[in-house]
Amino acid sequence: MNAWYAAAWDVEVKQELLPRTICNRQVVLYRRSDGEPVALEDACWHRLLPLSKGSLRNDEVTCGYHGLKFNSEGRCTFMPSQETINPSACVRTYPAVERHRFIWLWMGDPALADPSDIPDMHWNDHPEWAGDGKLIEVKCNYRLVVDNLMDLTHETFVHAGSIGDDNVAEAPFETTHGERSCTVTRWMMGIEPPPFWKAQLGKVSDYDGPVDRWQIIHFQAPCTVNIDVGVAVAGSGAESGDRSSGVNGYVLNTITPSTDQTCLYFWAFCRNYNLHDQANTIELREGVSTIFAQDEDILEAQQIAINRNPNREFYNLNIDAGALWARRITDRMVAEEQHSNHQAHEVQK
Amino acid sequence: MRYRNNWTEAIVEGVSDAAEGIRELAIRPVAGAVPYGPGAHIDVQVLAGEAPEVRSYSLVGTYTAGAPYTIAVKQLPASRGGSRYMGTLQPGNRLRISQPVNHFELSTAKGSYLLLAAGIGITPLLGMAETLGQRADTEVSMFYLGRTPGEMPYRERLEGMLGERLTCHFSGSEGRPDLQRLLDEMPADTRLYLCGPLGLMNDVRAAWERSGMPNAHMRYETFGASGAFAPQPFRVHLPRFERTLEVSERQTLLQVLEEEGIDVISDCRKGECGLCQVEVLEYTGDIDHRDCFFSDAQKAENRKMCACVSRVANGELTIDTSYRKTASEAPCVSSEIKKN
Repeated sequence: MNAWYAAAWDVEVKQELLPRTICNRQVVLYRRSDGEPVALEDACWHRLLPLSKGSLRNDEVTCGYHGLKFNSEGRCTFMPSQETINPSACVRTYPAVERHRFIWLWMGDPALADPSDIPDMHWNDHPEWAGDGKLIEVKCNYRLVVDNLMDLTHETFVHAGSIGDDNVAEAPFETTHGERSCTVTRWMMGIEPPPFWKAQLGKVSDYDGPVDRWQIIHFQAPCTVNIDVGVAVAGSGAESGDRSSGVNGYVLNTITPSTDQTCLYFWAFCRNYNLHDQANTIELREGVSTIFAQDEDILEAQQIAINRNPNREFYNLNIDAGALWARRITDRMVAEEQHSNHQAHEVQK
Repeated sequence: MRYRNNWTEAIVEGVSDAAEGIRELAIRPVAGAVPYGPGAHIDVQVLAGEAPEVRSYSLVGTYTAGAPYTIAVKQLPASRGGSRYMGTLQPGNRLRISQPVNHFELSTAKGSYLLLAAGIGITPLLGMAETLGQRADTEVSMFYLGRTPGEMPYRERLEGMLGERLTCHFSGSEGRPDLQRLLDEMPADTRLYLCGPLGLMNDVRAAWERSGMPNAHMRYETFGASGAFAPQPFRVHLPRFERTLEVSERQTLLQVLEEEGIDVISDCRKGECGLCQVEVLEYTGDIDHRDCFFSDAQKAENRKMCACVSRVANGELTIDTSYRKTASEAPCVSSEIKKN
């Protein structure tokens, strides 16, 4: 819980009430007239009707049942048929910060909410990068999407014909991990680029020969995975840092748990070439959207299988190393939080 | 498929010597034995040191209603403690065991089968011999390898079951068997089921490949207990953590790393999945690869090893894990803007 979770794209939050389920909690999002995003618990203090069924006026939410009004700090500013306002009347607010084109909510103890802990997804909003993305509501637990992104071997099979080819499944990889992060790196040297990359490289150069291809997966706990991908002319020094002969993309992913069986998968594809080509942005966004629909199909089927087989566990292979580190790091964060909650509870007794 | 273990109480019903140095135990779950197929095993919680650990034992013979589970445990002088513990059990002792699990299932295909057992490796194959012997359109033969007749359990039972289709080979008096000839003489569609110490399994795998039979027709099971060298204590240096650790002959490298708070992932803990691999920076002596994850070429390079089963003999080891203090940044991206 003590983490920032993406709740919406910047463009989704307007002067309108938007209900979302984040970490099993119902919240309602809106934007004030000064542009600041707000997140309130989506339940009236009075008799629990979702506030999202009410209306928004002058930056205040009016409950659709008895007309109680709440301001953006969650404090009630009007209640019917009495001259005073009950001093207890307020709804929970969640710290909300807009960064990297997402609205991030801190779902845990507000005293611990520090915006510098927001995952780094700067490519999504940066003068040297261009791109866009979408939100997919997937019917699976968020950890299955993280697993999917931590191992790209599946590209060869789920996404054959676009970004997948045999090179990915045959290439070895290296895994490293830190306290809250994990990195999985694959280099494929001197290969024929798959169709997607051939087309991208073709936008910046006439080069038609073999390439060096990289995939570097960066996991930031609890649920952000940024993947540095691209190709460059084979042998031109990409592996030692010179990517100038090639094209670089970043697939940005942050997967917010919604319920135990569903998640909000925010993704974007950003590039460092052809920055002013709007058509390129749209083509890439729609192309990646089609590719991710293939993943969605697999993930939802996997979740159904897991639900049907409560006694079964996964068999893990070498390719699952990144996913296992991500799970272990996240489990540890949960355990630490539960431990300190327990201690705090003990102190209160 | 892997199932979550359901641990259940069981009582040792009988203890006997199945052969020299091999203890047979009859174990009855308090809630009753459940049916299992040939090749199945149970996991048992053993006391092998300070904390309970888990060991796997194949179930001997096919399931019979009303009968307890039978396992056979080889008493290893170089044991990590599991077989020693099992050897102390007496009727009436209580144990915690899992439900039967089977990662070594028999094919249902008709045709020719070869069961190849060495020493205690006979335990999963006995039930297979019984089952295959009762199938139509199926031929089964067994090659049972051991040092001396006295050390090889269940020979008479197998002779009764298989007659001439059983070949026993006593390496103590006959020397090493000619595995290549054995395999070359089998029909091309033969399915091989193999269980024995690591050295033999590697030799059989190599001979199988040379004989040109399909890889998918060779099945084997390993519980990760054996290697090319007897287990020795060894020292491990971890320069990244500025630590030096000692692994005793009863511990595995993985166990020691975990106990000392060095982060490593693992899964099967028997040398199959490769997830606990560590990078070998330097070593002296010989690295005793006891896994079946790395290829022969990778093992010869000695750049990585599986911490859960592999060891060093007559030397010391210097390793690195996948821990990095700061997440490695991608190389500087050129900020040159690409033009149309």
